[in-house]
Amino acid sequence: MTQPLLKIENLHARVEDKEILKGIDLTLDHGQVHAIMGPNGSGKSTLANVLAGRPGYQVTEGKVWYRGRDLLAMAPEERAREGVFLAFQYPVEVPGVSNIYFLKAALNAIRKHRGEAEVDAMDFIALVKDKMKLMDMDEQFLYRAINEGFSGGEKKRNEILQMLVLEPTLCILDEIDSGLDIDALKVVARGIEALRSPQRSFLMVTHYQRLLDYVRPDVVHVFAAGRIVKSGGPELAKELEAKGYGWIESHPEAQAS
Amino acid sequence: MSLPAEILEPYRLRSASLADNDPVWLAGLRHRAMACFAERGFPSPRAEDWKYTNVTAIERKRFPLAAAPGEVDAAWVKARLLPDCWHLVLIDGYVHHDLSHPALAGDVVFCDMGAALRRHADLLTQGFGQAVDEDHGFIDFNTALFHGGALIYLKAGTRLAQPIQILHLQTQEAIAPTRHLIVLEGGSEATVIESFIGRAGGLTAHVTEAVLDREARLRHFKIQEEHDRAVHFGGFYVQQATGARCRQVHFALGGLLARSEIHHRLGRGGEAILEGLHWADGRRHLDSHIRLIHAEPEGASRETYKAIAEQRGRSVFQGRIVVEPGAQKTDAVMNNRNLLLSDDAEIDSKPQLEIYADDVQCTHGVTVGQLDENALFYLETRGIDREAARQLLLYGFVNECIEAVDVEPLRAYLHRRLDSRFNAIELEDLP
Ligand SMILES: Nc1ncnc2c1ncn2[C@@H]1O[C@H](COP(=O)(O)OP(=O)(O)OP(=O)(O)O)[C@@H](O)[C@H]1O
Ligand SMILES: [Mg+2]
Repeated sequence: MTQPLLKIENLHARVEDKEILKGIDLTLDHGQVHAIMGPNGSGKSTLANVLAGRPGYQVTEGKVWYRGRDLLAMAPEERAREGVFLAFQYPVEVPGVSNIYFLKAALNAIRKHRGEAEVDAMDFIALVKDKMKLMDMDEQFLYRAINEGFSGGEKKRNEILQMLVLEPTLCILDEIDSGLDIDALKVVARGIEALRSPQRSFLMVTHYQRLLDYVRPDVVHVFAAGRIVKSGGPELAKELEAKGYGWIESHPEAQAS
Repeated sequence: MSLPAEILEPYRLRSASLADNDPVWLAGLRHRAMACFAERGFPSPRAEDWKYTNVTAIERKRFPLAAAPGEVDAAWVKARLLPDCWHLVLIDGYVHHDLSHPALAGDVVFCDMGAALRRHADLLTQGFGQAVDEDHGFIDFNTALFHGGALIYLKAGTRLAQPIQILHLQTQEAIAPTRHLIVLEGGSEATVIESFIGRAGGLTAHVTEAVLDREARLRHFKIQEEHDRAVHFGGFYVQQATGARCRQVHFALGGLLARSEIHHRLGRGGEAILEGLHWADGRRHLDSHIRLIHAEPEGASRETYKAIAEQRGRSVFQGRIVVEPGAQKTDAVMNNRNLLLSDDAEIDSKPQLEIYADDVQCTHGVTVGQLDENALFYLETRGIDREAARQLLLYGFVNECIEAVDVEPLRAYLHRRLDSRFNAIELEDLP
């Protein structure tokens, strides 16, 4: 049997004194797309942040294996260099540092880790411009400070642009679709689709079916109160859209533990 | 606090000998200023405006007055002059003629103070002392003892074709009191860069006054980066008539103890856009005292001052906005953002609004904090290690100020000067 890309086993995590994740089990195979849905505050972003290594989140129990390695033992930048990417629910503004400088510094950090030479300046510009075209982004965004003054939708596109340039192996997208208009959603979905490959996997947190219409998930998980209370195929998302979460929360499986 | 007689005596003698060669009006000013200084000395920390910056150490240091300019290597100085500018070089307060641009004349006058006193006494009497709205020992001291400086005068409607750079170089542990007067007639435009550098820990006691007539525009840059043991006092006092505009960017990077005063008095519809950066590293104490008086209606002011305090550095910001009665429709924004990067560093920030008119918009904000953890994590999730992420955030903070400098050679100079501090990130290929 081949090793899964990501294996989460009985993961418990707390922030400050509050237990938020209460035993998550999830296995993501190479090339798969898993969607994570669930009500506000159920712990979706917490899982995404724990996987990316955000300080302040304390894992109290459980393991996470990434390509067979202990992911939780790795520093955040090491995870990134090993191919883990988190598209933030709320991308951060960094005044005074241009987007293009940031992209290049990030790409070179990852290349260096892999033992590759720094990217050639001309090749880099060509690469970035190509990806920007795909994301329908004006080149002026390269020279603006990172996310500063970007609209909500522009920030989300910028996250996908970074993902396209860095070509990670595990893409964790936290509500990449929130705040997007219909056209922007298509563009973002196009960016995601462009990266799909048999080796690359996606964990997509979303509240809406519409993203899943463009990027079809293999598995849909439903979070409630820090647990996965139900998993199923893409039809589960449609069912949720129609019925809401109430029926699951009263579902026997959800009450089991 | 008056000074002991043995300290005062050489100052008196020098002031009197300067006055001997001055026109009567200036000799009178010197005489009065010396008498005031003898009585009160340098400002006491008991004065409200000086409570964060104690200059009593100056007395203990007993700086002599620089008797003559120190020896300099012309090539070394030249390397510090910005291209595409007219220059005036003051070594320990004395003009260095070979390194200075020959005086412009006609619609534009740019010459050293000595030449100004000989040839442009009429211009000097028009503006001298007019914009200085401060009254304390440093001003007395400067008036009584300044011996070098510059006069910049633009006739109505003229525009200076390139910036003027005045380089102040300190080579001795001595005092070099200097004074500049900038007079811009109606609608004229000038850019002036003042650089303070040094290779010895002396005392700078400097005053620049600027009188801007209707619709005149002044862009002013001050780069303060003397020796690590130097003490700096530098006042910049600007009086702006109706519609006059001034933009200033101030970098406080050097010296052991530096106090900058930046005071503007705005006329109707006037504008002042002021920015600044303090980088208080090592044991540096940097103080900016900003006062903006909206004296007439419809003025606009924007202040953005930033500071980094690290190691045992200390940054002081005192920003006062005064809206006088009748200055309706004033629009004033003052921001002070501080990064406190070590336990031994200190930030003091004191914004003050005094508003005596009712139809105005004035806001101010102060933040003191560390580097944004959220932003650090964001950079880390893109593969950038923690130290590089830290430096990148700090670089962003500094770079915003450098990018505010819209004089290309100066901007390039500041990048050269500061980029090397960011050794964990590669900045050469920045666009
Ligand atoms: N730093 C923190 N301190 C205290 N509580 C926190 C912190 N971070 C998250 N929480 C709490 O943990 C719970 C889960 O938050 P999380 O952001 O993971 O939810 P989510 O499922 O992503 O919700 P949403 O759909 O609204 O984005 C919430 O109750 C939240 O208030
Ligand atoms: Mg969330």
